[in-house]
Amino acid sequence: MYNTLKNLDRRWVFLSMFLAVSIPILAKTVFPEVVSKQAKLVFDAIEDLPDGSNILLSYDFDPASQGELLPMAQAFTRHCSAKGHKQYYMALWPLGSPMVDLSVETIESEYPDMVYGEDFVKFDYKAGGEAVIRMITQDLRGMFPLDSKGVSLDKIPMTKNIKNIQDMDLIVNVSAGDPGTKQWVQFAATPFGITTVSGCTGVQAPQMYPYIPEQLAGVLGAIKAAAEYEAAIDAVYPDINDNPKAQEAKRRMGPQLVAHSLMIGLIILGNWIFYVGRKRGEA
Amino acid sequence: MKRFVPLVIAIVAGFVLLIANFIPYAEGWGLTAQEWFNILAVGAMVLGGGNLIKLQLMKISSKKAGWGYAAVTVVCFFAAIFIGMGKFGVHPNELYPNYAWSGYYLEEGSGMWWIYQHMIVPLTSTMFAMLAFYVATAAFRAFRAKNTEATLLLVTAGIVLLGRTYAGVWLFEGWLPDWLLWLRFDNLTVWIMDVPNTAGTRAITIGIALGVVATSLRILLGVDRSYLGQD
Repeated sequence: MYNTLKNLDRRWVFLSMFLAVSIPILAKTVFPEVVSKQAKLVFDAIEDLPDGSNILLSYDFDPASQGELLPMAQAFTRHCSAKGHKQYYMALWPLGSPMVDLSVETIESEYPDMVYGEDFVKFDYKAGGEAVIRMITQDLRGMFPLDSKGVSLDKIPMTKNIKNIQDMDLIVNVSAGDPGTKQWVQFAATPFGITTVSGCTGVQAPQMYPYIPEQLAGVLGAIKAAAEYEAAIDAVYPDINDNPKAQEAKRRMGPQLVAHSLMIGLIILGNWIFYVGRKRGEA
Repeated sequence: MKRFVPLVIAIVAGFVLLIANFIPYAEGWGLTAQEWFNILAVGAMVLGGGNLIKLQLMKISSKKAGWGYAAVTVVCFFAAIFIGMGKFGVHPNELYPNYAWSGYYLEEGSGMWWIYQHMIVPLTSTMFAMLAFYVATAAFRAFRAKNTEATLLLVTAGIVLLGRTYAGVWLFEGWLPDWLLWLRFDNLTVWIMDVPNTAGTRAITIGIALGVVATSLRILLGVDRSYLGQD
């Protein structure tokens, strides 16, 4: 037994991880979610704003992190749309712009009453990272004279009176790295006191916690927090609760539970091999 | 001259941005400097692309190990530029119907859209998803409780791994008295993130910030010139 496990081909580990992820996906296993303090803080930051507030949503991630971040990005879109907030979309990553398109498609298909230019607008990607943030805190038109459709901001009803992002009631940042939440905190949230919430990858989340509650109103860390956020939205909005597309993060918690349990099992097994080996004088 | 001019530009731009933060009159100077930075950032992308191609071509010409991958990189690089800039399959923007290139470069059905949907999305997603397999083997082979610190790390990781799933609640359902609910893994995870993690990260962040201030000052005063490279 010891020798078999000690010399275990790593392909068996790969296979077990493959099964741990794929079986719950195929079985469509969904678990109930308990809404944590952080998810509640983020939910409240959007929910407590008066209907029709201005919200800037910056998607600073790409397809590599789509599996982890898109469900929460879509949840932000649905929550803002259900509240009737005005949504200003942008991206600091070149491949963040197509991610924004997915949210725009969600609005167009699920909220047909919302009108482009009156309820939501999209700005294209601009190079520069934090310099883009610094610029739009002072002068939005200096960076985005046109929207993504090539229309002047002065001709778009929801942008014509916006001078800079200090006119926003909330910044929602979905981030997979730099430039991302850290830069939004440094160059927008802190110097201008703009309320900001973040949805970020699990790797980034520990670095964001020190910014709560002064510089960040809340953080959603990875898919687990996204699932809790979905649960918080579902509890208030029955239409979203009935929409199977709006349960993506919750659906991914099944594979996460089995995969994490497998990881624990592998760690215990690996340590058992280590201790037996040490007892035998092999380690 | 080759080092003096960039040095002066860096010092002037640095001081302008610094002053713009403290003196309202100088705010406009800061904005101008940022506009220049954004223009330079676009130029830097071209420079980066040029550097990438130079290195790959050198690898191909010297037939270094893995030169075939370099060839694939070069072909893909120029193909993406050609298809992207040519906007093949993109219809003109309805506001500017007379300008053939005015449409959205990722319009559904266009060449760039095809590259994005059928190459970039599956390739990058696959690369990221592969992490799950490598982390699993690393957990099995390398995550050992060799000493007290490693054991603490291991136990914490175990609690967080389970606390980030429904197992963190389910394992304690029905038998844990209310006054011990804080022991539930999901609650312990919140505590770990809120207290030890935040304290540690805050200390590291403050340390980094002090380091950044010191380095920035050295650059602004022209003491540190390492960013100019060697000549």
